[in-house]
Amino acid sequence: MLSLIGIVVVVVGFMARMNPLLVVTVAALVTGVAGGMGPVQIIETFGKAFQENRYVSVVWVVLPVIGLLERAGLQERAKTLIGQIQAATTGRLLLLYFVLRQATAALGLTSLGGHAQMVRPLIAPMAEAAAETHHGPLDDDTRQSIRAHTAAVDNIALFFGEDIFIAIASILLIKGFLEQNGILVEPLQLSVWAIPTAFCALAIHGTRLMLLDRHLARTLGAR
Amino acid sequence: MIGLEVLYVIGGAFFAAISVLSARDATNPKRWKNTAFWGLFAVSFLFGSHLSDFANGLVVIAMVLTAGFGGLGVGLPATTGPEERRESALRLGNRLFLPALAIPLTALTGTFLFKRPELAGLVDPKQATLVSLILGVFVALAIAMPMLRAKPITPLQEGRRLLDTVGWAAVLPQMLAALGAVFAAAGVGTAIGQIASDWLPSGSQLAAVVAYTFGMAIFTMIMGNAFAAFPVMTAGIGLPLIVLHFGGDPAIMGAIGMLSGFCGTLMTPMAANFNIVPAALLELKDRNGVIRAQVPTAILLLLANTALMYVLVFRF
Repeated sequence: MLSLIGIVVVVVGFMARMNPLLVVTVAALVTGVAGGMGPVQIIETFGKAFQENRYVSVVWVVLPVIGLLERAGLQERAKTLIGQIQAATTGRLLLLYFVLRQATAALGLTSLGGHAQMVRPLIAPMAEAAAETHHGPLDDDTRQSIRAHTAAVDNIALFFGEDIFIAIASILLIKGFLEQNGILVEPLQLSVWAIPTAFCALAIHGTRLMLLDRHLARTLGAR
Repeated sequence: MIGLEVLYVIGGAFFAAISVLSARDATNPKRWKNTAFWGLFAVSFLFGSHLSDFANGLVVIAMVLTAGFGGLGVGLPATTGPEERRESALRLGNRLFLPALAIPLTALTGTFLFKRPELAGLVDPKQATLVSLILGVFVALAIAMPMLRAKPITPLQEGRRLLDTVGWAAVLPQMLAALGAVFAAAGVGTAIGQIASDWLPSGSQLAAVVAYTFGMAIFTMIMGNAFAAFPVMTAGIGLPLIVLHFGGDPAIMGAIGMLSGFCGTLMTPMAANFNIVPAALLELKDRNGVIRAQVPTAILLLLANTALMYVLVFRF
């Protein structure tokens, strides 16, 4: 039970808005000590796992090309393009992106979206531009809220689309775990049962995106 | 064969360049902290596979001590202003989308191509997607550089501008993965599984389903990762109660159980790459802004998952 003290450190540290890198390191030290590990062993475990997970951070290599295109006006061009389409509202645009992201993820094409490659350079400026077309210049809070919604759409569509694909990591993990416990299931059996939740996600978040349009119309008024 | 090691060299070279460029940027009051932080990260990328576990651990701790107190600074690399960008966008038009879309298209094509038997041995098939994504970056640069007549240093400076807006959060996902490893080694998972099975409501099917789906979501929020929560909660509640005791279908339990965990992922700062990193990337003032936008959907979807599992799992 003592090993759970690290979780307390994390919760308190995040709530107190301390620097998360410090919080995580202290939580690792405390957990390791509580779990009977020596300081050297803790540092070794931490260092080994950090090194093995470097692939998570490789994606930052896309930043130079995204920055280069931003410098040349990519966001402005994305805004102009959407501003010309009268039917494009923030909610409808995000719903379209949701459907595309979820459908491609369901086919295993998870790399088609992403916050650095798609959301920041293209989708977020488009969502802001659609709001500006219909409601005029945006105040800072509205702009922030639209951006947050754009990132949320990318996440939710990805999470509740990818499990329909049979070769995604989570499906393989479920299959492997059940197999260890003597239960054989085919990946297809698992991915089929991800479909009802996928539709629920589309219905729930789609409704919220339509409500976002109404909220923007109510608070900002028409142009 | 092109695999992770090649990608780590590319990443290491990028972070090393950021470190050097930060050192030369006198507009950044904390430039030496940025230099040290990205320099250490470059060391981890370039030499991590050859260093001892202990040395790797010391590199991480040095990074944390550099950024943990007072954070990193933000440099001001020369870039274009809003007016210049509007003019450039007008001049270049839709051609600007070409390099941007080249990244996902290359990622997509490469993922398929590199798994074909004719090309086996060229790229590590397990890393085909990541290798293709980075290949896409080079394809995009090859299109964009001549089109924009950019100097070779420009992409690196623009990359630094973006990386500085993300700051230390860029490393947080990897740190949390490392914390997960310490949690596992110290037996945190087993302790939580113990609590879950001690508190287990027995008797009703509904109580078992609720305990499992909500348990998955909550444990995922703690660990930041549904993959870490799944084996513990399924061994503690899902298998013994839903499948063995009440005769539920294991495939439905597993599939919807994992998706209940994903609802937790939407609600926790511990899932930094999905929630904290985009907040930094989109320059949100509220670090938890993305989570706030997701919570209503996550809660409704968790209820939907619970209802779906209750209705379906005992019927098939």
